[in-house]
Amino acid sequence: MWALPLVLLLILGVVVIIFYAERKLSAFMQDRLGPMEAGPYGTLQFAADLLKLLQKEDIVPAAADKMLFKYAPLVIFASVLAGFAVIPLTPDLVPSGTPIGLFFLLAIVSLDVIGLLMAGWGSNNKYALLGAMRSVAQIVSYEIPAGLAILSVVIIGQSLDLQEISFQQGVHLQQFPGYAQEVNYLFGLKELGIDVTHVGGILSWNIVRVPLLSLGFIIYFIASLAECNRAPFDIPEAESELVAGFHVEYSGFRFATLFLAEYAMMLLVSLVAVILFLGSWNTPFPNMGPVRLADWTTGTLGAWSGNLWAFFWLVNKALVLMVVQVWLRWTFPRMRVDQLMHLCWKILTPAALVLVLIAAVWRLLMI
Amino acid sequence: MENPQEKIGSLQRRGFWRDLQSLWQGLGLTWRHLFQARERRSPLHIADPNYFQQDTGVVTLTYPYESLPVPENGRYRLHNEIDDCIVCDLCAKICPVDCITIESVKATEEIGETSDGTKKRLYAPVFDIDLAKCCYCGLCTTVCPTDCLTMTKVYDFAEVDIKNMIYHFTDLTPEQAEEKKKLWADQQEAIAVAKAEAMKARQQQKGE
Ligand code: SF4
Ligand code: SF4
Repeated sequence: MWALPLVLLLILGVVVIIFYAERKLSAFMQDRLGPMEAGPYGTLQFAADLLKLLQKEDIVPAAADKMLFKYAPLVIFASVLAGFAVIPLTPDLVPSGTPIGLFFLLAIVSLDVIGLLMAGWGSNNKYALLGAMRSVAQIVSYEIPAGLAILSVVIIGQSLDLQEISFQQGVHLQQFPGYAQEVNYLFGLKELGIDVTHVGGILSWNIVRVPLLSLGFIIYFIASLAECNRAPFDIPEAESELVAGFHVEYSGFRFATLFLAEYAMMLLVSLVAVILFLGSWNTPFPNMGPVRLADWTTGTLGAWSGNLWAFFWLVNKALVLMVVQVWLRWTFPRMRVDQLMHLCWKILTPAALVLVLIAAVWRLLMI
Repeated sequence: MENPQEKIGSLQRRGFWRDLQSLWQGLGLTWRHLFQARERRSPLHIADPNYFQQDTGVVTLTYPYESLPVPENGRYRLHNEIDDCIVCDLCAKICPVDCITIESVKATEEIGETSDGTKKRLYAPVFDIDLAKCCYCGLCTTVCPTDCLTMTKVYDFAEVDIKNMIYHFTDLTPEQAEEKKKLWADQQEAIAVAKAEAMKARQQQKGE
């Protein structure tokens, strides 16, 4: 019942933080100041921008296909929002704990491209249509390496349930139903014989559990940048070269919704990256002998402490990833569309395919 | 000796690791700048020995609150010292964009001296410079014979209403201008009357 408002609140909160951080970080990276005037250090700038956007006229072009045009932002935002339904926020709180969560997530987020096409076609503007085609081509292409990288995690974890994958990566492993006998070995290799089930921390994160997956993480991260239209893959928007992409005809609140969807997508892909590769809501600190760092920073399962710690770790890891996204955006120049496709089809996809293969072999070594 | 051709070749060489290295360097660069943002450059005069030493940190000045000091001989806004102007119209003639408007009224007598000793015989009921049109070429200041038209170092003179960019330099009120015109006209009339009378007197003398 209250999962939707909670998720919305989370999205808005994180968007506010990252919106402000993006401006400040980008300014500092380029020796500028960023927002200064509205509120202390420009902290109220987002509120000012929001007010500005809200009081703008809602323009629908006369020749546009009104239904498509009006509902496109809704479809885009709803498909991204629906992706959050299966994200486990804490060990106890997952809006919808379905066993095929990851599958659902990939499927529903792809609906995004329908919204993009609706926006581009509905605008009845050739630039918007071209922009939409570019976006769709990019997103559809990059879903393949991203999907393959995710597949390698699924092979290792033997599950599509995001909550299950989360439990696999921490000290609570044996509390998950049906996992009472499960054991985490260092690097996932039973031969090594080093049992890290109760050490937890970073040692049980997927990227360490199966070091190979750090490559998967990189592939997924690059592909996810392209999926949420972030630089250096932001040719659909390319604000400094084109008028804009598929959303060139949008104004006011509809435009704000599109942007909110972009930022929500950033958060979503970061959360998925954290859950699949970076230990989900588990602490990064391992237990070391009497220094029970992992236990101290994980709390008790089912109690307030457990939930708060889990939420804290999950959101903070996602924020770190989002800062990396910002960092990349303000460092790298935008790629040309052919370079984009080259990277996707000739580098990332083959690498991801090889990764899936090795992951399958690794999985055999784990049992 | 290294062959320069070879060197260029090695710079142009492409490769996965090289690309990765340069991407990494780029990230390092922005990351460094991120932390250097703790420093800010201060608004120093160009003559300051430290002017070129501030090569790290934020360079943006928060302009209305701070600004770079300009040189004493900065040439930005026109100013006319009307007391020294002899209303010779040279500046209006040379101005390439015709932004100086001068009207003149002859004085009945010498009305003073400029600071360099030139006699003044003209009033200027209108002396307007439209600084919105001015291209700051400085030609007018060069031709001015009395050096009364100069450029000052004030550079911040934006206006909300563009009409306020027209600077009025005249020191006469419209009434005073009218009065001077009338004085000149009266004098001319008086001269004309006197001339006519003198003519008449001469003709009468001839007739006798
Ligand atoms: S500076 Fe040049 S453009 Fe401006 S008033 Fe003088 S002559 Fe005209
Ligand atoms: S050139 Fe100088 S003296 Fe002559 S009218 Fe212009 S300002 Fe006055």
